[in-house]
Amino acid sequence: MTRYPIIQVENLVKKFGDFTANDHLTFEVYKGEIFGFLGANGAGKTTALRIFCGLSRPTSGNIHVAGFDVYSQTEEIKKNIGYMSQRFSLYEDLTVRENIHFYAGIYGIKRKEIAARTKQLLEELDMEPIANKLIRGLPLGWRQKLAFSVAVFHQPGIVFLDEPTGGVDPVTRRRFWELIYDTAGRGITVFVTTHYMDEAEYCDRVSIMSEGRIEALDTPDKLKRKYKAENIDQVFLKIARNK
Amino acid sequence: MQSNFDNILQLRGVVKSFGEVAALKGIDLNVQKGILFGLIGPDGAGKTTLFRIITTLLLPDRGKIQVEGYDVVKQYRKIRNSVGYMPGRFSLYQDLTVEENLNFYATIFGASVKMNYHLIADIFIHLEPFRKRLVKNLSGGMKQKLALACAIIHNPDLLVLDEPTTGVDAVSRKEFWDNLRKLQQDGMSVLVSTPYMDEAEKCDQIALMHKGFIMEHDTPSNIIAGYSGNLYAIRSSSMQSLLHDLRGYEFCESAYLFGQTIHYRFTADNEDIKILRNYLYEKGHNNIKTEKIKPGIEDCFIHSANYAEDLN
Repeated sequence: MTRYPIIQVENLVKKFGDFTANDHLTFEVYKGEIFGFLGANGAGKTTALRIFCGLSRPTSGNIHVAGFDVYSQTEEIKKNIGYMSQRFSLYEDLTVRENIHFYAGIYGIKRKEIAARTKQLLEELDMEPIANKLIRGLPLGWRQKLAFSVAVFHQPGIVFLDEPTGGVDPVTRRRFWELIYDTAGRGITVFVTTHYMDEAEYCDRVSIMSEGRIEALDTPDKLKRKYKAENIDQVFLKIARNK
Repeated sequence: MQSNFDNILQLRGVVKSFGEVAALKGIDLNVQKGILFGLIGPDGAGKTTLFRIITTLLLPDRGKIQVEGYDVVKQYRKIRNSVGYMPGRFSLYQDLTVEENLNFYATIFGASVKMNYHLIADIFIHLEPFRKRLVKNLSGGMKQKLALACAIIHNPDLLVLDEPTTGVDAVSRKEFWDNLRKLQQDGMSVLVSTPYMDEAEKCDQIALMHKGFIMEHDTPSNIIAGYSGNLYAIRSSSMQSLLHDLRGYEFCESAYLFGQTIHYRFTADNEDIKILRNYLYEKGHNNIKTEKIKPGIEDCFIHSANYAEDLN
């Protein structure tokens, strides 16, 4: 099976004044894979993520996301990706249905299609009875499920998830990963950051960043063998502590 | 209620609602003096509400709470002098420097940085180079260290920390727990909340909290020893379909992803791993590995939470 790269990163450098946040990152992410993007706080993950989403311009390097150039085609990138973070995802003072309509609208789904697809999504999520309830009153687990669903509502090639599972209970956290598996199974590439090291094991491949560089990138099994570790937590500690 | 001075904290029947939302549904808890105690639970469990009541910042609807034998309602002034509180959001003044924040917190408690420097020496060593820097220009990790220093600068008997490690990377989390252990060894009682189940094992005693209730309270090892039934770790070459097939098996009580394996429980009376293996083989799985394992705190939490839901 040939692997089709959907994110191509070659020598990505991003500087803020004298500070180098991303120091020559080079890697590829393949279509349909679940890619874990790990690193300590301040390692440069968010900086890179913002560049991949077309929100920030790199200092240098050759970077393509969904086939589009991050310097000149940022609008095309935004149309072809989904994004969800724990901090910002849904409008709390809008209802479930209004949030779906809003996201469908900004992702450019045709007005005629929105009503039918909203209905379909509400059915899939079992959220019809609460369609007219405000987001504010919903349990966190439901919000996350909805936030994820609207992030992939327009069928993007890639969805970026920035710490999507922080704070939720262990069962909800696992249900969320089952949703991620389903999505990847439908061919959508999932690019995810997390502080839960057990979640790194659910990824097809993970990269570990430290001080602006990618120090390791491979399947979880191969990383554990290479670093003689029992789990990714230990791999992470070995890499981060060596700095 | 009899006051027991071996306990730093005694709670009986604590109830608190916000409008229609019942945040605490009857909390009973004793915490011994001088230990590192962890309140483990996800967002919405009621951890912050409970901590705000203990630190006298919020009144309970019902129930009795004593901190060091003092009542949180009637004797709150006494409690405030002997408790240090590090809230979940940063408690620091962004437009003051590192040094100014520390002096401010010491002064409002009638203490001085000089007098209690020994308490914060290990932590402050990392902050020393930035002592004249405004807090808003510090990194997240540095702010967290300073917030801890400010919470202990008046040498409290009880230190209460609300999710100090949330959103913090695995390495910094470990360092922070080392700091807490050191404070406990120096004689401080430490009460800390966290949504990370793997941090439970760093505590002397823990309470598992979910939806306004405390489900279990004991040492981590006793909670694990009290796990009823057998737990298996199962893997095969296709983990995604394995989860689906295990859930479809007629004697499956629960199956959850756990790192590189799936943790699986049989229904009560049909525990035969050989038959299960045959079933998986027939479903087309290869490299099937099954192993009976010792549960972790997260398994205990899931089991208790599922049990509680079944009761409702």
